[in-house]
Amino acid sequence: MERDKLFEEMYRVVYEGEIEQAAQVAGRGLAAGLDPLDCLNLGFMPALERVGEEFGKGEKFLPELVAAGEAMQRALAVVQPHLAAARRDRLTLGRVLLGTVEGDIHEIGKRIVGSLLIAAGFEVVDLGVDVSAATFLDRARELRPSIVGLSALLTTTMVRQKEVIDLFRQAGVRAQIIVGGAPVTASWAEEIGADGYAEDGGSAVALARKLAGGTGS
Amino acid sequence: MSGPLPARRPLRRLRPRLALSILGPDGVKSVHEAALEVLGRAGVRFPSARALGILADSGCAVDWERQVARIPPDLAMAAISRAPRRFTLGARDPEDNLDLDGEHCYLSTDGCGIQVYDLQTGSPRRSTGEDVYHSALVADYLDSIAFYWGPTVSAQDVPPAVRPLRELEAAFLGTSKHVQPETIISAQVAEWCVEMALAEVGSAAELRRRPIFSVMQCALDPLGQDGGSLEASLVAAAHGVPTGFMPMPMSCATAPATLAGNLVVATVDALAPLILIQLAHPGAPVFFAAAPTVMDLVTGGYTGGSPEDYLLGGAFNEVCRYYGLPLSMGAMATGAKLPDWQAALDNTLSAIMPVLTGTAMLTGAGLLNGSKIFSYQQLIMDCEIYSVAARVSEGIQVDAETLAVDLICRIGPGGNYLSDPHTLRHLRDIWRPRVIDRSPYDAWERSGRRGAFEAATDLARSILEQHRPRPVEAAVRREWDRILAAAARR
Repeated sequence: MERDKLFEEMYRVVYEGEIEQAAQVAGRGLAAGLDPLDCLNLGFMPALERVGEEFGKGEKFLPELVAAGEAMQRALAVVQPHLAAARRDRLTLGRVLLGTVEGDIHEIGKRIVGSLLIAAGFEVVDLGVDVSAATFLDRARELRPSIVGLSALLTTTMVRQKEVIDLFRQAGVRAQIIVGGAPVTASWAEEIGADGYAEDGGSAVALARKLAGGTGS
Repeated sequence: MSGPLPARRPLRRLRPRLALSILGPDGVKSVHEAALEVLGRAGVRFPSARALGILADSGCAVDWERQVARIPPDLAMAAISRAPRRFTLGARDPEDNLDLDGEHCYLSTDGCGIQVYDLQTGSPRRSTGEDVYHSALVADYLDSIAFYWGPTVSAQDVPPAVRPLRELEAAFLGTSKHVQPETIISAQVAEWCVEMALAEVGSAAELRRRPIFSVMQCALDPLGQDGGSLEASLVAAAHGVPTGFMPMPMSCATAPATLAGNLVVATVDALAPLILIQLAHPGAPVFFAAAPTVMDLVTGGYTGGSPEDYLLGGAFNEVCRYYGLPLSMGAMATGAKLPDWQAALDNTLSAIMPVLTGTAMLTGAGLLNGSKIFSYQQLIMDCEIYSVAARVSEGIQVDAETLAVDLICRIGPGGNYLSDPHTLRHLRDIWRPRVIDRSPYDAWERSGRRGAFEAATDLARSILEQHRPRPVEAAVRREWDRILAAAARR
């Protein structure tokens, strides 16, 4: 009974996007002796899935999806250390490295994509804005992401996406590199040799799913 | 082909907060005084012995040969003061009743078209009784449509003698919302319509409380009315069924070229029948109506949208509010032949002006080519236009919660508001489209370049396939059959 109440509460904090409460609720679950994996599978995850479904049906909206994703992230941060390493890996669809390219300080589009990827079950490392090609490469070597996402809002900075791709190819670092941002088009993505392009957050998730499936991670 | 249809939502009861003034108090008063002067000096033609008798008995100077009554200002004002400022347009489903209270605004369908853009072929064809039912069915589903005006199209497969009754029956069967025909133009037809309504509501007292239909008449501008329409409205008024008269003065043709002069003609032609009804049945619910316009200077035809129309539409509302009477403003009804750029321009501006000047009824959505061709897609897209106008009319709320100073300071420079509780609390206040396309370019390309028109087509098909209105009881339908059979024998 107590157990069901806790799972319900976990479901609720993610479903309602109560970011500030998520960690505390996760902690309460663990303190009550619940299995960490059960917390995710029976508590938090179903809520995230339902928000995703309702978003697809036009019943929930982007901020709600982002809030649910962030609540999930807070809960995960508490629960994850209690999981065995092998089980931890199975929890994520893959690791995604995100950043806005050098010379460009636009953040919000990338942030939305990041939140949606988290909500979809990816692990996201956001390098922030004005990220140089060298930094992308260093962090990719360190974190071994399956996908690297390059954001640019300006026609003057989108050329930097090509720089990053070229650097990765020269260095022989394997990762699926995807590009996005207002001035970016499918033909630009093709021209610079990117592995994928998506025009909005929803299609970015679909793209990441496709690519992650391809790499078998 | 079409997906599952979301449940029918309660109809939209728009309460505008923004208010636009075009004439200002002095301008309104000048139009009012001019109209009173014309009523007394030139008079108005009432081609009905019954109407002229009522006016003569009340103290009007009647020229029986010309059928013109001159109405003294005092008599006019006394009669106007008897008209109720607030009344109800009833509906088969009382949940759909409309309170005309001077604060709310309701959109209806347009009428009375003669063709339909067929939903399957996309080509225009002659309208039938089935189209009346189908247009009512779609109107019943759409939450922006508060009542069914028209019929939206004419039932041209039905013999003219019983056509208005068949159309009323089809409208009642298609929607549980209020029905306002513009085809009740003789005392006899009005009697039959009242009988049909009585069969549905059960008693004369209930019909007064909940008049499930009202009567819209056309005036014969300038300074004239139609005899049959007047007599039909007198019958309706006797039963407490609301009635209104719609002048459509056309500058250069049936009104002066100057817009202020047009407003004087509109005011006279809306006031004159209202005065008659109040003299005959004091306190009977009467609304104002108007669709003032200008003549197209090349064709001599109806413009179906022009800057002058938008100004007149707003200004006449101000005149109406001076009298405190509910107004039905003719809006939308674009002259465009297709649901295109011209249609959107006309219908947006002609809708938003009356909404911002406090109209009670907005008539109406869904017809093209100057109210001649019904388009399901245009009806749905007009609802979207109205929904935009509705949101604009709500204005901007300014208080501590909406200024959100604490929030702004908490988020600070460079942060974002995406997932903040304040955002989650208010995001649903933000207007959302139903058919407008906001998809990314590639998704749009992949969809086969689908836009609002295609989305509206799908929605119309889903409604016709899946929506079923509140049924009319079998006993009521039998009574309607009896009334229609009796009407056919006459």
